[in-house]
This record gives sequence, C-alpha cells and structure tokens, in this order.
Amino acid sequence: MENQISVKAFGLVAEKIGMNDFQMDNPGNPARFKQQLFERFPELKPLKFTLAINKKLAAEQTEIPQGAEVALLPPFSGG
Amino acid sequence: MIMDRFERQVMLPGLGKEGQEKLRKASVLVIGAGGLGCPILLYLAAAGVGRIGVVDGDEVSLSNLNRQVLFGEKDLGKNKAEQAVAFFQHKYSDINWFAFPEFIRVDNASQLLKSYDLIIDGSDNFPTRYLVNDACVLAKKPLIFGAVYQHEGQVSVFNSFRNSCNYRDLYPNMPAATEIPNCAQTGVIGVLPGIIGNLMALEAIKWITGLGKILDNRILFFNSLNSQSYEVEISPQYQSRAQAPQDWEAFQQMNYELACEGIELLDWDEAFQRAGHGTMLVDVRELDEQPPLVCSVLFKAPLSEFEGYFDQLEEAEALFFFCQSGIRSQKAALRLKSEFPDKTIFSIRGGIDALKSSQFRNG
Repeated sequence: MENQISVKAFGLVAEKIGMNDFQMDNPGNPARFKQQLFERFPELKPLKFTLAINKKLAAEQTEIPQGAEVALLPPFSGG
Repeated sequence: MIMDRFERQVMLPGLGKEGQEKLRKASVLVIGAGGLGCPILLYLAAAGVGRIGVVDGDEVSLSNLNRQVLFGEKDLGKNKAEQAVAFFQHKYSDINWFAFPEFIRVDNASQLLKSYDLIIDGSDNFPTRYLVNDACVLAKKPLIFGAVYQHEGQVSVFNSFRNSCNYRDLYPNMPAATEIPNCAQTGVIGVLPGIIGNLMALEAIKWITGLGKILDNRILFFNSLNSQSYEVEISPQYQSRAQAPQDWEAFQQMNYELACEGIELLDWDEAFQRAGHGTMLVDVRELDEQPPLVCSVLFKAPLSEFEGYFDQLEEAEALFFFCQSGIRSQKAALRLKSEFPDKTIFSIRGGIDALKSSQFRNG
C-alpha cells in the first residue's frame, strides 16, 4: 500500500528547493526524513529549520504517520 | 452618552469599558521602531495603551521609508525611537511615551524590561531575537514575537503563562546572523511587515484585554504571495531551554552575536564530566593571567598567538575552550570551528570567573 507524505516548505527552505510543497514516500521518522531530504536537496544541509508533523512540533523519535503533512519551518529574523 | 475616542471598540462584546480600562492601565515596550514597530505603535496608540516605550538605537535612512510608515524625509538621519515618539507626542493626550534611543543589550535589558507588562519584539536580527527572548524568560514577561522573510511572516506569543513556550522551544539552534538574509539583502514589500506588525498589535490587545485566544504555544506563518496562513503547535523542549542563560548573571555574560555563530556553551560541571581521552581543555588566556587552572587535560593556547597552536589543537576530537569570563573563548572556538568545521567544540560559560573554588580543587 502506498504511504506518501506531503511536505510543505517555508521561507528560505522553499526558496532553496524552488517549491512550496511536494510529495515523497514516508521515510518513517524525522531522522530518516532529514537524511532523505538532504540527499535530494544537499543545499538544505547547512540551514537550521524546525520540523512539524501534522502541524505539531516534531521530536526526533516521533513516528511519521501515514499520509502525514511535514512542514519545514526556518526561523525568520527580519523586521 | 458621552462620546470618547474609544467608543467604537468599547461597544464590542468582550472588550467593553473594562477592556478599555485594562488598555489604559497597560504598559508595553516595543523593541525596534522599524518595519514591524511602526504599525505596532500606530495601532497600540490608537487603541489607547496607557504607557508605551520604544527602544531603537538606529537612525532613519532613505531605504527605510517604503515600510517604516511613521517616518518621512525630514526624519532622515535621526534616531528612530525619538522620531517615533515625536510623531505621537501631540496626537493623543492620554498616552505616556518613553523613547530609549539605544539598542537592547545584555547590560540594559533587565532595566528596560522591568517597568513594562508586555514586551513586543520587532527587531531585525537573530542575536537580538534570542537576547530579547531569554531576557523575557528571566524577567517572566510575556513576549509578542513577529518576524518577516521576503514574502512570509511568522507571529507568536511566548512566555505568556507559566507553561508557555518560548523562542528556544521553537528554534533550539541559533542561526548565524548571516545564515538567513535580511530585508536589506532580499527586499520586502512594505505591506508585509505592515500585516505582521498588525497581527502583533492585535495579539498585544488580546493579551491585555483577554479578548479571544492569543497565539500561546502556537506560531502562525503567513505567506503574502498566496495569502495562505499555516499554524503549528509548539511544545516545550527542555534540552533546548537548558542552553539559555539560567539567571541574570549568566545572561550578562552572553555574547549573542557570537552565540549565533554556532558556538555551544557548556558549564564547568559538564566539561569536567566529558573530559577524558581525545578531549582537550584549552585555556586561551594570555600566559600571565591569574589564577591558573591545574588539570591533566589542560592545554594553553593564548588568543594572541592562537593560529600557531592549530596543529596541536587538531589532534583532539573534542575541545573545551575557556578564558577569564567566557567571551574570548567563544571567539577562539569560532576561529577553530571555521578551520575545522567537523570538530566538537564548546566554549565554557562564564570562564574561570564561573569556576567555583570547590571545582578548582577537583579539577
């Protein structure tokens, strides 16, 4: 059975990957998610951003549920 | 019924005369009178917040005028906090204004925050954002947070109640000041900080009057290009909070510019625990500085000749830098980190001054 997740990108992360959202196979947890993300978009590696799973801040050991929405949330500093 | 300037908001269910009285009695400190600060001040003043302080050490420049709507050509070169207050001085007779023509720093933060109920951060750089956050945590003051990047903005309310989250829960790792370009480098349409500043002013009015539901433990993202917003729930991250200074003394020793460059701070206890094979405890003070530290894994690399020790420092897997008060060691750590980015490098918080005499003997 297919297990895809949707990824939403914000700020500099969206700018670097050139998209606001995309789909990918569910990697299972945030650590593996980041690993696959960096393989696909190495330019994200030096950036600091926070992960949210289904609109909640995600801890490293959280499981990514089937069909989840994962958001990549970089900090903004401008004012 | 006698009309007053607040009639149209007093008549709102949930605000009323009581809410207006809360606004009149409230005091708000706005940090930064820039793209965010200008709309924040406009609407707090219009709503009748009784006492408003404005902190900004910057001067008005021509490129500010597309978004910093309190200022005009006659204000160029003048201090933003003073000009903002001058703008309002004769507009409303019922507000007390205070201008602080300085930047918020570790040595004035506690004093600035002290006499205000609510703090609003409209600053424009990461070191200041972490500084204001940490100061508000220490001072137990609620903080309205907002920031923009190109066509996007984020808003939240930190530290509002005892269990409320703060900036460090959301962003444990400080980004380098240069990691994310600012408005000067990427540009901004003035309306965006206008919108985000207005959302911040709204949160402030909600916090003061108790109207509605504030963005406590939540952060709102807004994208001005597709007009979409996205809300995320924040939860406490205790490890991350431990990275923040735990008291005012530790706060005063912070150098937020350096900390944002990614040098992690460590307390002596932890440094001694981790010290061992493959680690090096590095004293970067000059050779004649007192008192000396006696320790088996100690290595001396005075900052004045620091580069000369790189070969020896390279041999360690993990390095703990210290100096007298904890500032020079951060600079040293930063220099070594840029040379050897993969090494584990820490700077010891507070330096020798933070070392208690009991630890001295154990060390």
